Amino acid sequence: MAELDLFSMLFVLMLSTFVGFQVIQNVSRLLHTPLMSLTNAISAIAVVGSIIITGEQKDTLSIALGAVAVFASVTNIVSGFLITDRMLKMFKEREPKR
Amino acid sequence: MNHSLGDVVTQLSYLLAAALFIFSLRWLNRPNTARRGVIAGVAGMSAAILGTLLHPEIVASGYLWIAGAALVGIAVGIPLSRVPLTAVPQRTAISHAFGGLAAGLVGTAKYMLWLHDGSLTAFRVGVIAIEVILGYLTFTGSLMAAGKLQEVIPTRPITYPGQNYINLGLLGIALVAGIGLMLDPTRSFLFPVIVGLSLLFGVLLIIPIGGADMPTVISLLNSYAGLSAVAMGFVLENKLLITAGALDGASGFILSVIMCRAMNRSFTNVLFGAFGQVQVAAAVGEAKPVKSASAQDAADYLGNASRVVIVPGYGMAVAQAQHRVKEIYEELTKRGVDVKFAIHPVAGRMPGHMNVLLAEAEIPYGALVEMDEINPEMPQTDVTLVVGANDVVNPAARSDKGSPIYGMPIIDADKSRMVLANKRSMNPGFAGIDNALYTADNTLMVFGDAKAVLGDIANALRHESKAAA
Repeated sequence: MAELDLFSMLFVLMLSTFVGFQVIQNVSRLLHTPLMSLTNAISAIAVVGSIIITGEQKDTLSIALGAVAVFASVTNIVSGFLITDRMLKMFKEREPKR
Repeated sequence: MNHSLGDVVTQLSYLLAAALFIFSLRWLNRPNTARRGVIAGVAGMSAAILGTLLHPEIVASGYLWIAGAALVGIAVGIPLSRVPLTAVPQRTAISHAFGGLAAGLVGTAKYMLWLHDGSLTAFRVGVIAIEVILGYLTFTGSLMAAGKLQEVIPTRPITYPGQNYINLGLLGIALVAGIGLMLDPTRSFLFPVIVGLSLLFGVLLIIPIGGADMPTVISLLNSYAGLSAVAMGFVLENKLLITAGALDGASGFILSVIMCRAMNRSFTNVLFGAFGQVQVAAAVGEAKPVKSASAQDAADYLGNASRVVIVPGYGMAVAQAQHRVKEIYEELTKRGVDVKFAIHPVAGRMPGHMNVLLAEAEIPYGALVEMDEINPEMPQTDVTLVVGANDVVNPAARSDKGSPIYGMPIIDADKSRMVLANKRSMNPGFAGIDNALYTADNTLMVFGDAKAVLGDIANALRHESKAAA
């Protein structure tokens, strides 16, 4: 059971790494800064692990560590998505009309 | 394999989130669909968080803790998203630090929990050790990088004899401690050793890296943050974490490779080379006379050109001169002058930084041209205006084998008919290397603060067009 899960996890890792390389290679160089802030926000999906650890309320230490992890991840989610959108709004193809 | 209904909903939300994340990055490929990518990302994140909150193991008081921590996160996250665009690299480094911290803390909590209920296996300890090492070294390393970018920590490399051996030795001890813990998970005294060494290693890894290498370092730390999320996915057996972490890790890796190529350096050279400390010896040479021009002269040359290329560097943003650059761009475009911006991959302090700074000044992205595309056009360019850029236009990269930047691809500003270079004084730049472009025969220096000088040039151009009308 444990080994079976290990291999399915390795499969997921292998496939998503390939998908990642494919998709990210096509991102225009114009947008590499927003790319980094967007992937940053996405990898803050670590919040789901932190939520469970905090939510289970098993012992004081795990609650404290989990809560700090929730804080750190939520900070990344909020600031990551907001700043990505803020930067992307600035990219205009042509001179803005006034 | 018994699945409760709640479990099925959670898993489906993760599946949906993973798909949305991939779409999110796909839509980011082009500027016109990019904002849709943010929406997809937010939707995926919301789905995964809601799915997780349904988790049956979360008890009532747990929701309070989660909500409290999340509120603090929101309170910190919103101001962090409003920093000036010059400070985006620091913000990015801080968010890598937080990503690493979350991974490290979750790994630590899981180790303690499993140690108490006796369910540690060699596999679990192994992946926890990887998660914790990556997480904590990313945490302190990114904080150091943020400190260097904010210039609260000296940007010059700090080196001492045997540095690389000491660093690798510390990492080696952490890995051996991890293996020792795998062999007997109850040797819990080893765990703080792993944590402490990883925190220390992160600091020591960044100390010897100079300011000019920050674009590479920040990309590399991005990759580590992603990999620590992958490791967390293995610890928690969560495939969504593995997917999202792998996307982040792949992105950071690709950006690091692009940055390294743009500086003609290898990973090992960036990490262990202590760039930027040789310039003291290189600075000695015969002083060639420098020719200078006034802002009025510069405006005349620019106004009479038919093709102009502007090479912006981080110095432009520091001087807050991008809006003046935009005025010059507007005035020249009005007169029918063809104006382009030559963007070096490492212009600015993180990948793509310069594009964002120019976009903020409302310069349309169609005018931003990458180095490889602009270089063949340089010999047909009448005037090249260099603003706050230094190493990326230094011809020593092509010709001087003794130069620390030898071999780095550069924008061939010196091949244009005339170069106007703005600089505050003749001091060497961020990387501390002398630039032969400034003493070249076809170069005129326009000395002064970038914002003031470019403002004067813009005004001179404006007066001329008014006088002509």
